[in-house]
Amino acid sequence: MSAVAPVAEPERQALPGLAGAQALGLTEDEYALIGQKLGREPNLVELAMFSLLWSEHCAYKHSRRLLATLPSAGERLVMGPGENAGAVDVGGGLAVAFKVESHNHPSAVEPFQGAATGVGGILRDVFAVGARPIAVLDSLRFGDPSSERSRYLLDRAVAGIGHYGNSIGVPTVGGEVYFEEPYEQNCLVNAMCIGLAPRERLIRSAAAGPGNVVVLLGASTGRDGIGGASVLASAELGEGDAAKRPSVQIGDPFAEKKLLECCLELLERGLLVALQDLGAAGLTSSAAEMASKGGVGVEIDVARVPLREPGMEPFEIMISESQERMLCVVAPRRLDEVLGLCARWETQATAIGTITDSGRFRVLSDGAVVGDVPIGALVDDCPLYDLSPRPPGAQVYPAPAARLTDADPGESLLALLSCPNLASRRPLFEQYDCLVGSRTVCRPEQADAAVLRLPAREDAPRPAIATSIDCNGRRVACDPRSGTREAVLECAANLACVGAEPLGLTNCLNFGNPEKALVAWQLTEAVGGLGEACRALGIPVVGGNVSLYNEAGEGPIYPTPVVGMVGELPDAARAGGLAFARAGDGIALVGPFAPALAASELARLRGEALPGGLPAAEVAAVVAAQAAVRAAVRAGVVTSAHDVAEGGLAVALAECCLAGGVGAQVSLAGRPGGGPDEALFGEGPGGFVLSGPDDALRALAAGATPVAIIGRVGGERLRIEHEGEEVVDLAVGRLAEAHRTLEALFS
Amino acid sequence: MRFGVVRFPGSCDEVDAQLAASRVGEAVLLWHAERDLGRIDVVVVPGGFSYGDYLRPGAIARFAPVMDAIAEFARAGGPVLGICNGFQVLCEAGMLPGALLPNRGLRFVCRQPGVRVESTASPFTAALAVGERLSIPVKHTTGCYWAPEHQLDRLEAENRVVLRYCPGQNPNGSMRDIAGVCNEAGNVMGLMPHPEHAVDQLTGSADGLRLFESVAQALAPVAA
Repeated sequence: MSAVAPVAEPERQALPGLAGAQALGLTEDEYALIGQKLGREPNLVELAMFSLLWSEHCAYKHSRRLLATLPSAGERLVMGPGENAGAVDVGGGLAVAFKVESHNHPSAVEPFQGAATGVGGILRDVFAVGARPIAVLDSLRFGDPSSERSRYLLDRAVAGIGHYGNSIGVPTVGGEVYFEEPYEQNCLVNAMCIGLAPRERLIRSAAAGPGNVVVLLGASTGRDGIGGASVLASAELGEGDAAKRPSVQIGDPFAEKKLLECCLELLERGLLVALQDLGAAGLTSSAAEMASKGGVGVEIDVARVPLREPGMEPFEIMISESQERMLCVVAPRRLDEVLGLCARWETQATAIGTITDSGRFRVLSDGAVVGDVPIGALVDDCPLYDLSPRPPGAQVYPAPAARLTDADPGESLLALLSCPNLASRRPLFEQYDCLVGSRTVCRPEQADAAVLRLPAREDAPRPAIATSIDCNGRRVACDPRSGTREAVLECAANLACVGAEPLGLTNCLNFGNPEKALVAWQLTEAVGGLGEACRALGIPVVGGNVSLYNEAGEGPIYPTPVVGMVGELPDAARAGGLAFARAGDGIALVGPFAPALAASELARLRGEALPGGLPAAEVAAVVAAQAAVRAAVRAGVVTSAHDVAEGGLAVALAECCLAGGVGAQVSLAGRPGGGPDEALFGEGPGGFVLSGPDDALRALAAGATPVAIIGRVGGERLRIEHEGEEVVDLAVGRLAEAHRTLEALFS
Repeated sequence: MRFGVVRFPGSCDEVDAQLAASRVGEAVLLWHAERDLGRIDVVVVPGGFSYGDYLRPGAIARFAPVMDAIAEFARAGGPVLGICNGFQVLCEAGMLPGALLPNRGLRFVCRQPGVRVESTASPFTAALAVGERLSIPVKHTTGCYWAPEHQLDRLEAENRVVLRYCPGQNPNGSMRDIAGVCNEAGNVMGLMPHPEHAVDQLTGSADGLRLFESVAQALAPVAA
């Protein structure tokens, strides 16, 4: 490749200047700083590269300092934040890599492709570290389904997730969806992927070895997704978003399937020095990050990049977000073998550059230098901003629309079971293959967490992992610190119910515009709560993603720090289900559960204002209760375990009845002064419903965890007494009918 | 007893099928570009999205070099099982009658319906009994079995409807609830349910394993 040359005259004539920088989303100060780093004004190629790598999406410039406060170490940690995905050790020489990422704005503009490519992107993050993707989960937020737009977004996003995951042969094993007004204009589509690999085969993305060849794998490069990270992901949504559709990428799961198998075989044969996916900011970010981590330089000749359309400018090639591409570094003597294997998998592979020792990112076009910037300036020198948080004087989110008035407990229970936030997710998850891979032990609605078996080993014939993804944004909106802590505890509670112990956590922080004092406060508090809960559980944050500027028109979304967790269980055959199964079993309420109606789902149905705060949970007591439940499930002494979440105890009981197709008789005592609604529908962390033989349930009380036997499984009706008075008496069939309301949205 | 499981670009269930088959015998993968099957006793054309299902499910895969060898293997009486996408491929290749159309609901559906054994004319069901109920999952977008009425009448008359969804459990609108059929000789069978995903109670059901065991048993005297 050619020697260092000054930027050629034609480019110099076309210098974009400050106006060009601002059009790309950079500030005046940032533009000045770029000039200072380069010692001259940037040309268009260079400016395009900076605008992407210095965007919120790539540089985390408003969140990096906060994220540094999160715990990121642990004895089971194999790979922490900063890699394409984090990973934990699961024994037997195996590691599990996982990460959650957002694709919110693309999905708001074009839900099918936005959601599909969200799945495609997170899969690439996981196989980029050398792990075979074995599961996908998703976390979705839409406005109320009474709105036609929300129904359209839901329908197409679900179809898009299924299209990509089903076609590529990775099971979608779990997820969550909420419908709340603040997401009406700005839906959320977060996807999480879990991968499995022999521990020693995990690969990092650091490029090494000057003289090594940079090879681009996969699809040709087109004009799709130009500036997706800066245009869509780092600014608020607004009028004219339809015109941004060209910024949304188009997914091709078939191309990615071949790319996936090809990359894993390349790694298995030890042919690669480094591997990295091409995501936001395309070639620019992947090459710059690889070089930065390896402390080397890189040269890329855009004229060698296979193009899908003629006449693409060098800057377009450098920032295109065309999907299904990976970048790898290969020793020259291995190149032919790499190209041969790619040909067998019908995957395009092209040597497009070299690793250098210059510490610079040089972009060539047919040998002529068209861009030349220090890697450090691109990757490390983006200015970081301190937030200016200010707590709001009063609750800023409007009260939800009232949907329920003057209901008795039976009517309230039916209203809750049929409300979109609690109704059965079957019409969604039946559109996803949850089986491929032959690992799925617990399918959706069978248990609180998905359970996937791992290969047998000598000390454990049926080891497994469990996973869950959670966040109740409305409760976070009431109290960002407590609400986020609750989200982490809820995730861990789901794991406890199948008998799994948490190993690590990934998160996707979906918030509004961080330059606003309110959002800055929400973000600061939420990250604080996230760290507290992780420390209480003793688990690291292995990586994650931040999605800011989620607002449109009406104001910010509910702050939504989605947390995904992976845990382990020694024996998949004892994975706990949520279904009541044996008539005569006792039913116990376990844990330090202190139900409150404020911020509950029932309060939402009644249109009550969001409170400005949540009761502080006794985190240590909640964690102890989870340990007690986990031990009982692992010992195989209980029939079922289910945590009490949205809708409170009555809904949890109904869900256990529905899963088992059997009734229950329950008798509750209330808090003095609290009515039946509080005991039945109040929410808060720390409560579990277990069923099993009475002695096994009583044995749970051996520790400090409260246990009360509240009823018995049997019959065909759910009957609940409160303080001696029957307040609910409904046939299980009637509950099932109420629970099926989402079917209408997909018929 | 050696199973060969085809791997097309875009196959998803080939490794699961290989694992399932390896519970009753040896199992190897057959690369789509090969023209020689090697020493194989049973061929499985697995599920997934061969060639991305572009154009139409199975429409491109039927032209893969390996398919000529499979057709020849079938003509010689070798047992061939097409699962889901494999069923679609075998229909496209003319090795099985009828066609698979988009599901009546037009959506992908992943479910665990009951399936009734209707015929033991195929080696894959020879060891089962007519009327037995199996619990085997389905997962597909294009699984609505269709054939002209006269052909359906003929299939039924010739005992070639091998599996039917249990009453009320037809997930895709298949005509006459048909879940699986076989060719005239009985050695080539296609079905939409995935027996390879029902080989272990731990992951939901072990009923699918019976099909693999059945063909192993049917071939045993020959192999011995």
